Amino acid sequence: MNMTSTVAGIAPVPAAAEPVERSPGFWSGVVRKLMRDPVALGAGAVLLTLILMAIFAHQLVPSDPYATSMLKRLKPIGFEGFPLGSDELGRDMLSRLMLGTRLSLFMGITPVLIAFVIGSGVGILPGYAGGLVNTLIMRTIDILYAFPSVLLAIALSGALGAGIGNALLSLTIVFIPQIARVAESVTTQVRGRDYVEAARASGASPFTIVRVHVLGNVLGPIFVFATSLIAVSMILASGLSFLGLGVRPPEPEWGLMLNTLRTAIYTQPWVAALPGVMIFITSISFNLLSDSLRSAMDVKS
Amino acid sequence: MSTGISIEHIGAPAGSDRGGPAQPLLTVNKLVKHFDLKKSFVETLVGGGKVVRAVDGVDFKIMKGETLGVVGESGCGKSTTARLLMHLIDPSAGEIVFNGETVGSPQLSLREYRRQVQMVFQDSYSSLNPRLTIQDSIAFGPQVHGVPKQEAVTRARSLLSRVGLEPRRFAGRYPHELSGGQRQRVNIARALACEPRLVILDEAVSALDKSVEAQVLNLLMDLKEEFGLTYLFISHDLHVVRYISDRVMVMYLGKVAETGPAEALFQEPHHPYTRALLSSMPSMDPDHRTEQAALAGDPPNPIDPPSGCRFHTRCPLAEAVCSQRVPILENRNQRETACLIHEPGSGHSLAGTAIHAS
Amino acid sequence: MIFYLLRRIVYTIPIMIGVAFFCFLLVHISPGDPLVSILPPDASIELQQQLMKLYGFDRPWYEQFAHWFWRALHGDLGTSIASGRSVSTEVMRAVGNTLMLSCMATLIGFLFGSLFGFVAGYFRDSWVDRVASALSVLGVSVPHYWLGMVLVIIFSSQLMWLPATGAGPGGSGEWAWDWAHVQFMVLPAITMSVIPMGIIARTVRALVADILAQEFVVGLRAKGLTDLGIFLHVVKNAAPTALAVMGLQLGYLLGGSILIETVFSWPGTGFLLNSAIFQRDMPLLQGTILVLATFFVVLNLMVDVLQTTLDPRIQRS
Repeated sequence: MNMTSTVAGIAPVPAAAEPVERSPGFWSGVVRKLMRDPVALGAGAVLLTLILMAIFAHQLVPSDPYATSMLKRLKPIGFEGFPLGSDELGRDMLSRLMLGTRLSLFMGITPVLIAFVIGSGVGILPGYAGGLVNTLIMRTIDILYAFPSVLLAIALSGALGAGIGNALLSLTIVFIPQIARVAESVTTQVRGRDYVEAARASGASPFTIVRVHVLGNVLGPIFVFATSLIAVSMILASGLSFLGLGVRPPEPEWGLMLNTLRTAIYTQPWVAALPGVMIFITSISFNLLSDSLRSAMDVKS
Repeated sequence: MSTGISIEHIGAPAGSDRGGPAQPLLTVNKLVKHFDLKKSFVETLVGGGKVVRAVDGVDFKIMKGETLGVVGESGCGKSTTARLLMHLIDPSAGEIVFNGETVGSPQLSLREYRRQVQMVFQDSYSSLNPRLTIQDSIAFGPQVHGVPKQEAVTRARSLLSRVGLEPRRFAGRYPHELSGGQRQRVNIARALACEPRLVILDEAVSALDKSVEAQVLNLLMDLKEEFGLTYLFISHDLHVVRYISDRVMVMYLGKVAETGPAEALFQEPHHPYTRALLSSMPSMDPDHRTEQAALAGDPPNPIDPPSGCRFHTRCPLAEAVCSQRVPILENRNQRETACLIHEPGSGHSLAGTAIHAS
Repeated sequence: MIFYLLRRIVYTIPIMIGVAFFCFLLVHISPGDPLVSILPPDASIELQQQLMKLYGFDRPWYEQFAHWFWRALHGDLGTSIASGRSVSTEVMRAVGNTLMLSCMATLIGFLFGSLFGFVAGYFRDSWVDRVASALSVLGVSVPHYWLGMVLVIIFSSQLMWLPATGAGPGGSGEWAWDWAHVQFMVLPAITMSVIPMGIIARTVRALVADILAQEFVVGLRAKGLTDLGIFLHVVKNAAPTALAVMGLQLGYLLGGSILIETVFSWPGTGFLLNSAIFQRDMPLLQGTILVLATFFVVLNLMVDVLQTTLDPRIQRS
């Protein structure tokens, strides 16, 4: 910085179409940091495997996950033809666990995704608008927030009745207030920054300001928070199925499998525990990946 | 303080000059901003509650092409005045007349006014969107006012070059990759991108190192000449204000204490507050060192400002009348002073006797 | 501060009304006619009309809500369809069991969580820290109902050290603080304690590391303060926040105990909820949820009030 007032025209001014030196953007920096983080890579690899398993489950399963056999019920791990044993109806555990990835991941991720979209909208708009609208929306959300999440999920799906759709709806309603609260508080912070003031001072409409200046700065932190909810959502979704409120038999889903195998803990304890291992692995991976993402994006918790 | 808007000007295209150089670019009439204090539950029930009188009836003009410096202790309402001028906050009362038109009237919409008045903030980092490249930040304002993207980017790059940042190197960078001085140059370029007539500089150089501050000040003076700008320059640094300003306005507790041409005001302050403020200014010249005590203590609370002249609680020349009578800001020979001593027949024992000893 | 406390208490009133309204709605969002969902399947026409009048389903919803809310305020939560007993009686009996279990779990979780967190924060970035951090990730990631099953497999089915289900040798009869009864509580309490343990460990670790990094602690060390002195200083400064987190966790456990109570057949509110759901006993579901949510709101309020009183530095708007 040793240039005083440079006279106009000394530095050549490239036209808009000409390229200039570009710094890598924020997101490419985040990806670069994640690629250097062994924990993130490990968790990511596990999740990628699970997702691929979910997509190609029907091609990958060694035997029919629905085929029952009265003679081969509750066989131990390593039993011939049943690498991970068989369940209470003699179905192949390995195949059911693999196919179960589908519904389990779907039930865990979908509510957070929907809640991310709705919660961001519900939080950002009042956060930016402030005033009475903000107060009204946030106070309504406070009421849902007054329930512990497990209780809220069970109350809703208990009242709505069992089924995949109702479980998804209940979980989405559980996560919306949490995401909206974070969205509102991040937006309120960003709204007070001088660049938003400067944008208002230049006469931009609120819509333009939110699109250009607010979204880019709030979606990151909200997203990080949402990813930290996926692990919770996985456990809760399987928990609902475990209580018989989510997926209905005979579809394979890890929580439901735990439920039906509960009676087998005295006969084939280790087979009965297997679906829980899957839930555990998935939720750890999501938690670790979310933590890595948080530090890569430098978001304060 | 009539602005003398004549009927024949109504309907003239905005941006055109009104009434020649004698017509002020900006006239502020009885501007008031009271902030509500957060009410307690009981106050909500019984009504009422207190207000902070941040700006409490401020009048001033900014002439075309001049730099008006604004000084005062923190909390005197300098920054609130700037935000009111930008319409970032709504005034509780008063009007702002820009180039002969009342802001917000059918002749001068808020949007058009905002294009012609821009602001540079103190915090160079927080005033740039961290997710936008420098050129996108500068090009944002013109795009809001309908300039096509390509043209706005070209304008941004030429402004970058103009504020001393080589476009090829800086246009594609993000704010965190720049130094404080470089960022403040970007902020200046951003303010100029809408081709404003008035630029409000709210402590714009206060956070910079002294050497960088001097460079940016010089840049501001060059730009002013080149683009025919008018500045409202807010700072707590009296040296800087004296250096850059044509006229200076001194504020105290939400009111104007004194205004006048910079040199005259610094040489010969009229208001006891100005005198106290200047005496707190360290001087390089031992002959000009004042023996007078600098301002003691903090300014009173703007929630419950003193009656009469607001300065009477700290004024060495205060008399009983000062706590009863509110001094009027009156124009005498280019100088305006709100002090009973300068008001003939005010009841103050020194009234009328021009005390010009500093 | 008095004003803050008053405002905080007054603010709880609309929240409670909102919570009550939500519980009121539960009956109405359940599929089918709300009357049908609160009627036993073999209800006579007489009973139908009697209930219709009692619940006022013929009146507009806000009158129904006001009526229901008024009765709830007086402790009348309706009648359980399955047992025919008053919902309040059923819930109150179960709440005691849940409270007992949750408090025990919170206590275990707090003790071990603080220990892990403290050690991890004190020896930041050492292997101890990494092990403790890994444990706390495991703690928040584990599906606790599955952990319960695994503990039952190990300690009941394999080792046969502890009973698997129930709350006492004679079914869920009278509770007593002797080993014959307490042994039933060991596994569910340990399982449940895992949830707050990880969170408390994380909180305490961050608190301790923060306090130790502050300049005045460095100053104290420079002045020659002993390790014990620094330890006491850290405990004093970390305690209010850690206790607040513990209080909130107790609230979450009260509401979240349903899965664990189901695994261990513990006769608490979660078990009650489970049976209410499967017998479509809507008044029981509604009443239990209302009581649990009220506990949670009141606990939140108490934590806030206590924290403000203990630590006046906390500025709140």
